[in-house]
Amino acid sequence: MNQPTSFEIGGMGHSVKRKEDGRFIQGKGNYVDDVHLPGMVFGQVVRSPYGHARIKSIRIDEAIKVPGALAVITGADLAAAGLAWMPTLFHDQQMVLATGKVLFQAQEVAFCVAEGQYAAADMAELVEVEYEELPVLVDPHKALDPGAPILREDRAEKSNHIFHWEVGDRAATQKEMQGSPVTAKVDAVFQRCHPAPLETCGCVADFNPVTSKLTIWLTSQAPHAHRTLFAIVGGIPEQNIRVISPDIGGGFGNKVPIYPGYVCAVVASLKLGRPVKWMETRSENLQSTGFARDYHMTAEIAAERDGTVKALRVKTLADHGAFNAAAQPSKFPAGLFSICTGSYDFPKAFCEVDGVYTNKAPGGIAYRCSFRVTEAAYLIERAMDVLAQQLKMDPAELRLKNFIPPDKFPYQSPLGWTYDSGDYPAAMNLALKMAGYEDLRKEQAEKRAKGELMGIGISSFTEVVGAGPGHTFDIAGIKMFDSCEIRIHPTGKAIARLGTKSQGQGHETTFPQIIAQELGIPQSDIVLEEGDTDTAPYGLGTYASRSTPVAGAATAMAARKIRDKARKIAAHLLEVSEEDLEWEPGKFFVKGVPSKAKTIQDIAFAAYTNLPAGMEPGLEAVNYYDPPNLTFPFGTYICVVDLDKGTGEIKVRRFIAVDDCGNIINPMIVEGQIHGGLTEGLAIALMQLISYDESGNVQGGNFMDYLVPTAVETPNWETGKTCTPSPHHPIGAKGVGESPNVGSPAAFVNAVVDALSHLGVTHIDMPITSWKVWQILQEKGIS
Amino acid sequence: MIPPVFEYVRPNTIPEAVSLLQLHGEDAKILSGGQSLIPMMKLRLARPGWLIDINHIANLAYIREADGYLKIGALTREADVEGSDLIRSKYPIIHDTARVIADPQVRSLATIGGNLAHGDPANDHGATMLALDAEVVATGANGERTIPIRDFFVSIFATALEPDEILTEIRISVPPARSAGAYFKLERKVGDFATAAVAAQVTLDSGGSCTKAGIGLTNVGPTPIKAGTAEAFLRGKTLDAETIAEAARLAMDESQPSADLRGPAEYKKGLVKELTKRALTRAVERASR
Amino acid sequence: MANTHHIRVRLNGVEKEADVEARLLLIHFIRDVAGQTGTHLGCDTTSCGACTVLLDGQPIKSCTFFAVQADGREILTVEGLVNGGKLHPLQEGFHQEHGLQCGFCTPGMLMSSLALLERNPNPTEEEIRWGISGNLCRCTGYQNIVKAVQHAAAKMHEGVPA
Repeated sequence: MNQPTSFEIGGMGHSVKRKEDGRFIQGKGNYVDDVHLPGMVFGQVVRSPYGHARIKSIRIDEAIKVPGALAVITGADLAAAGLAWMPTLFHDQQMVLATGKVLFQAQEVAFCVAEGQYAAADMAELVEVEYEELPVLVDPHKALDPGAPILREDRAEKSNHIFHWEVGDRAATQKEMQGSPVTAKVDAVFQRCHPAPLETCGCVADFNPVTSKLTIWLTSQAPHAHRTLFAIVGGIPEQNIRVISPDIGGGFGNKVPIYPGYVCAVVASLKLGRPVKWMETRSENLQSTGFARDYHMTAEIAAERDGTVKALRVKTLADHGAFNAAAQPSKFPAGLFSICTGSYDFPKAFCEVDGVYTNKAPGGIAYRCSFRVTEAAYLIERAMDVLAQQLKMDPAELRLKNFIPPDKFPYQSPLGWTYDSGDYPAAMNLALKMAGYEDLRKEQAEKRAKGELMGIGISSFTEVVGAGPGHTFDIAGIKMFDSCEIRIHPTGKAIARLGTKSQGQGHETTFPQIIAQELGIPQSDIVLEEGDTDTAPYGLGTYASRSTPVAGAATAMAARKIRDKARKIAAHLLEVSEEDLEWEPGKFFVKGVPSKAKTIQDIAFAAYTNLPAGMEPGLEAVNYYDPPNLTFPFGTYICVVDLDKGTGEIKVRRFIAVDDCGNIINPMIVEGQIHGGLTEGLAIALMQLISYDESGNVQGGNFMDYLVPTAVETPNWETGKTCTPSPHHPIGAKGVGESPNVGSPAAFVNAVVDALSHLGVTHIDMPITSWKVWQILQEKGIS
Repeated sequence: MIPPVFEYVRPNTIPEAVSLLQLHGEDAKILSGGQSLIPMMKLRLARPGWLIDINHIANLAYIREADGYLKIGALTREADVEGSDLIRSKYPIIHDTARVIADPQVRSLATIGGNLAHGDPANDHGATMLALDAEVVATGANGERTIPIRDFFVSIFATALEPDEILTEIRISVPPARSAGAYFKLERKVGDFATAAVAAQVTLDSGGSCTKAGIGLTNVGPTPIKAGTAEAFLRGKTLDAETIAEAARLAMDESQPSADLRGPAEYKKGLVKELTKRALTRAVERASR
Repeated sequence: MANTHHIRVRLNGVEKEADVEARLLLIHFIRDVAGQTGTHLGCDTTSCGACTVLLDGQPIKSCTFFAVQADGREILTVEGLVNGGKLHPLQEGFHQEHGLQCGFCTPGMLMSSLALLERNPNPTEEEIRWGISGNLCRCTGYQNIVKAVQHAAAKMHEGVPA
């Protein structure tokens, strides 16, 4: 299948320059905030200043006097339409606009609509809400205490406990723990952080009262799912809803949920019969939309004295904020967290997670982590380092000793996963070689003797992406297939539409490359569209690195259906039987007579002009692909840091990233994804935190304090690759967008801890700021 | 995100600007670079009824040496301070400071006068001007007056400027030979305010002994702080490692940082010590060339 | 109701006149009054640089400047980079070196890079990173943006006598 294609055809493996660049570099992108419709008005949300409070009254009479004011919608107005609450993506409900009480600072309380954006802002300031403060709960560890305030009055069970979930063999794991000579334990918090794409969330909701059609331009990573949910929740006939995700300025999981602002804009548009634009500010984005992580984890590893691991036990407390608005497949309250045995061959394992409510923004969504995989990878990679430190073993050696060997794939993990393929030692060895690992360890020893602090951190992660097979996976009930529809024109050019939605991943360039590989049509002759639910086939969207594994497979399958029909047409044109034909990308030729050939372009033309008797005209196909399994990209990252003893500053000197995502469509795009994800991982490991003080005030709720690295803080990334194709995927590809965010936090943390390990430091929670390092140095008497 | 309504006026001369300040009193704010004021207005934390845009007043932006002083017009943009050859070669401490203020775009607009007049202890030039024993020139209804920088910072966001006064010039006595300084700032990332920063300026005699020292501290108190005790300690001494270390300790004791998201107070104090050491060491290095 | 001000701004070489409130931010003038939506809004604390434009050749954050202040002045945005139908070397560089993914930071990044190269035609990698330190990107990790600027610097030097 994978016959190499020429550069002109541009199939798999070619670093084709991006088609989408043209409009972006000229400032002609079409993002939601660029949408201007005649008669368009603007909405602004009024938000709670309190973390937990009863609403005594809402007065809008001053707000409505602002010149240009059109309406103020409150929770009471929505309640009358049965819309004050809406279902979350995860078996819960959340308030659209608060009724009764507010449960987190920045929660939506009212929605002001005005002719202009400035008037809407003035209105919002004049809405008077009277609150009666209630005791605040921000520590998840206290959520289940007897005296804790019960946050959710709407739930039958008056408790802050959301769910308990467990998997694995508790008893057998316990037995191993007790029976093994060595146990290592780590308590690791993956702090609350936020995807913070550079474009915030927003929409233009345009209800046309004449046609009854509702068009919503939406910052959505999953336009079809959103359309269906708007139909079901809003009671609007689905054929009358069109969701358009135009250009999206980054998603990273932040644009998967449905937010109250969207619902309010739709309601306002229905009420006023005019387009309503709602774009949140950055502060609103950080303080109220889908946060990520906030996992408080404990891992214990039982091992032999030589480092062979025997069992893994994991217990996690998950802080979901005020509503469980997690974006997870519906049977997985903790997402795919049970991948926490990672790249290692644990005979026994047990994992349990408990979710609780707190007075914080709701979530947690999957921030470039394929459903809690980052949390899992971080935990196991930290735990392995803690074990290595305890055994005084080199962390690379400990990993190599315990890797699932390549001949054990497909591999059944003790927590229920069937890993499709992997060659962990190959990735590790390449990373060690690229890093010059032995020289680095020598250098570290020399520096230590002089009192200088240098650290080397390794992370050998296994990811699980491409959700997912219909027998196990759905989001809000909708199965997680994806789709591709391809239509070939008479002149041999093509258009393809997918159920996914790029937010920067380059789909307009990469998916045509798959078609180019399968059909030999030059990728430049293929137009790729996504995001308009009126025209694109149904799909579950782009997140969790699923586009290539699922929609990429659908693309290949649809292209192959076309090739099957093309073969029949070629046989007809060449007057031979199908069995006499051979294929090379772009043409069928008669076996042994290469000059007797028909190009795909000839065949396309014939599909409209010269068909075999009885054949349906045209040359197109659609495929809805239900993946048989997830895919398991993996890699090894090595981070080298130097610490400034005087200030505690951490300088990332080098970062080597070896990724294996199976067969690669476009190496340039894959490398770009790696760079971006590693930069996010750096920020998470060393800089970022959203926290709440004991009064429920959010800290780190704007870009002054939620720190995004600039080009100055970001090092150069050294990338490498190995290639272990997925055996079940039509093009052997696995997906890669999230690997760098999944695998890198542990590499950074392991490096800093390694720099201090000779002083007895075994763990530091993220973000590892300069002051945390400084405090440790003070405690250890180093300055 | 959206500022509240205000009236806007653009005087062409200083006397016009001063009368506008007199007319509107507390309800008016001067708009120079606007890079501190406009963000506060967008968050609706500052709500002046009148904005007096002084950017069109001529002859307020210059960098020159005259009459034994380095004179910098208050409206000089930080980008121009950073780019000035005179400043980089003769006053590297000021170059060090300007280049770490915010980011390149902010520096295109932010002015050195605004940086001082805003009275934010987190702004960088305050410490440097304290270390240089600068003076500022203010013009108001009662004419022009000179204010020594050590009397300029009164408390947080409050300076010695009268409500009707505009800062028009910053003056630094041209230091004698064998003088130099340095500014060291630790920030969580480019564009942040200082977690702590230290400005140190020294003058050495021919024997290498310190005849004058100035040390200013950024963002570790309600105003920029002049570390007078540390300065006094250094006078008359050879600035070897031990002496510098002791001065650093003294400067640390003069700081009054508060804990915040940038770190605990104890950390900031530790930074003052470390950065004072580094700033003094660099200053000595530069002064000895 | 506050007074409005009549302003004349030269935007990408074209005179634009309008009556605006004093509080109208320059970015909203550019996007909503002049209809040039290439310049983007990414934050509300003057932190991200997505809104960067050139004011009389200097890079500024248009979200932290009032339209009235731009009266009588010259603004260059990303839409003004194309010259006679030809892409600017920086635009070419970003395309050739894969210096963009979602494209949201790109206009501001281009303007800051242009200002950098006009000030410093042959910057080192460190100088490039400093030059774009007022522009945040969430997608690229900056590495290819640096390459894009280097690509443009080389192109802009072609034919320039040493």
